Amino acid sequence: MKTNLSVELGKLKLNNPVMVASGTFGYAEEFRDFMDLKKLGAIVTKTITLKPRKGNPSPRTCETTGGMLNSIGLENPGLENFIKDKLPFLKKLSIPIIISVASEEEPEEFLELVSRLNKIAEVAAIELNISCPNVQGKDGLIAQDPESTYRIVQEVRKITDKTLITKLSPNVTSIGKVAKSAEEAGSDAVSLINTLSGMSIDVQRRKPKIASGVAGLSGPAIRPVAVRMVWEVFKKVKIPIIGMGGIMDADSALEFIIVGASAVSVGTANFINPKTSLEILSGLKEYLIRNKITEIKELIGSLKV
Amino acid sequence: MKTFQLKAKILAQTKIKGNCWHCELNAPQVARSSLPGQFINIRVGDNLDPFLRRPISIHSVSGTKASILYEVVGKATEILTQKKKGDFLDVIGPLGSGFNYPKPKTQNPKPILVAGGMGVAPLIFLAGKLTEVESKKSKVKTLVLIGAKSKEHLLCVQEFKKLGCAVKIATDDGSAGFKGKVSDLLKYLLSTIDYRLSTIYACGPKPMLKAVADISNERQISAQLSLEEHMSCGIGACLGCVVKTKDGLKRACKEGPVFLAKDLVW
Ligand SMILES: Cc1cc2nc3c(=O)[nH]c(=O)nc-3n(C[C@H](O)[C@H](O)[C@H](O)COP(=O)(O)OP(=O)(O)OC[C@H]3O[C@@H](n4cnc5c(N)ncnc54)[C@H](O)[C@@H]3O)c2cc1C
Ligand SMILES: Cc1cc2nc3c(=O)[nH]c(=O)nc-3n(C[C@H](O)[C@H](O)[C@H](O)COP(=O)(O)O)c2cc1C
Ligand code: FES
Repeated sequence: MKTNLSVELGKLKLNNPVMVASGTFGYAEEFRDFMDLKKLGAIVTKTITLKPRKGNPSPRTCETTGGMLNSIGLENPGLENFIKDKLPFLKKLSIPIIISVASEEEPEEFLELVSRLNKIAEVAAIELNISCPNVQGKDGLIAQDPESTYRIVQEVRKITDKTLITKLSPNVTSIGKVAKSAEEAGSDAVSLINTLSGMSIDVQRRKPKIASGVAGLSGPAIRPVAVRMVWEVFKKVKIPIIGMGGIMDADSALEFIIVGASAVSVGTANFINPKTSLEILSGLKEYLIRNKITEIKELIGSLKV
Repeated sequence: MKTFQLKAKILAQTKIKGNCWHCELNAPQVARSSLPGQFINIRVGDNLDPFLRRPISIHSVSGTKASILYEVVGKATEILTQKKKGDFLDVIGPLGSGFNYPKPKTQNPKPILVAGGMGVAPLIFLAGKLTEVESKKSKVKTLVLIGAKSKEHLLCVQEFKKLGCAVKIATDDGSAGFKGKVSDLLKYLLSTIDYRLSTIYACGPKPMLKAVADISNERQISAQLSLEEHMSCGIGACLGCVVKTKDGLKRACKEGPVFLAKDLVW
């Protein structure tokens, strides 16, 4: 049976809906020995800032029940070093490369980042990371405020024709509202969820296990929260959703698609089994065949309620 | 160099002493390409608990076999002891950059190995390579200093001797050899020998490595230290394991776990 796994994020066409999440796949080189990278639907890079960033003190990660906490603090080589050292490898893959970007101090940094990336043909889309819980701006996260989200997305929209994805935070009362703001401001898609704010304590030392104290929770422990949020956003907006949060296998990826995600991103699972994303891809194909479905698009938002 | 992900069959699983186990794996690709100081990242089960892989040094290789030496300190290492001959382990390796040691036919740099506790694990592999050079070249023996809490906790003493190394011991309680820290033994020994041209290779707990770094930096002896950082991915993707160096942050799982003492910022 012939199946069609292609999906669209705005005007960006993906051969299949399986992507890898920002910060969990390095700059893809790290995974070249384990899989054929060209088979991925898309790759989202580790978030890039304008200037090189050292990130947060160590220890930066720890294991939790069914997941992990991280507070990397967006360590990255900065835009120019990224373009010089990391992008050439990504360009050669000839699949959609999505560059995740973030501001450190001033939201205006987004404009500078995007105008530079505009000039690079191989950049298929830009993901605005306005939701990293480990880099708090003066007034909290942009993604925690619908108005700030609207403002920044709108400004960026004015200066780029590239596909624009806004990455949302789960650390909010109503994620639907923030998603709506992103849509109204011209975002082509939204991706969710970034990590949930969390803490873990070493009781012997009475200290947080992560040096910065509060960190971001990821992995299967957060999946039900993530699925619920994608469902909420799906009911609120018309733009495509990239769903993520604890995806470990084809079934967990399908949960997201069924509640409304057009594509899924594999995150922490890449650390446990670097081949997870491609195993999910074969699992999705098998699911379609088993259920006699030809187009994966038929499954998007197909939840029976 | 290529990294592999494979299902490695357990060929033998033996309790050495106390909480310490030796496990031999059939892992051809890993065994053939491993260098001393490199490690493998092991998934001890298919379920979500424990969630992450665990990094363990490559202890020795022979043909298609690679073995590890590990201490039970928590959940994953406990589960590992329950794996039997014939079971499979999901393994990624070889990972990281190992020790830099002289290749055969080069000048012998008078190596001094310093091991604290489980730190012996990667140093046996290294000692094997160093003694290969020696038998071909000179009379200088590889010197190995082993530190442990007490006599009962000493590991690999016979193995180092079998390789032809000269072994000196330090125990915290004085039940064998020098009474005190292995770093103090190192300091004492350096005051008795001509250490120019020596290279120190050390693995063990952080305070010990810090002491070795101070000692070697003070005397301008080249020292290579293998650091144990908490790792989430082990393949350079998460940036969770970074170490401060004079040249910025470096990933312990990729640019490390072995670093030059003179480059580290503590
Ligand atoms: C490059 C590298 C090589 C290693 N080689 C060996 C080896 O050859 N043999 C060996 O026995 N161990 C080795 N370790 C340490 C080993 O990875 C940990 O002991 C193991 O992950 C513990 O897992 P667990 O689930 O049993 O314990 P956990 O339940 O995870 O932890 C139990 C206790 O051990 C401590 N602990 C856990 N991981 C580490 C760590 N990485 N460093 C220091 N303390 C830790 C925790 O803080 C906790 O108190 C190595 C570590 C690294 C980074
Ligand atoms: C170690 C680590 C680093 C991350 N770094 C980033 C980042 O730089 N930018 C970003 O947008 N999200 C980052 N994330 C969040 C993931 O992209 C993803 O949104 C989140 O982990 C939930 O998915 P998961 O449960 O499948 O991992 C990071 C997550 C982890 C675990
Ligand atoms: S453990 Fe992930 S980068 Fe080293």
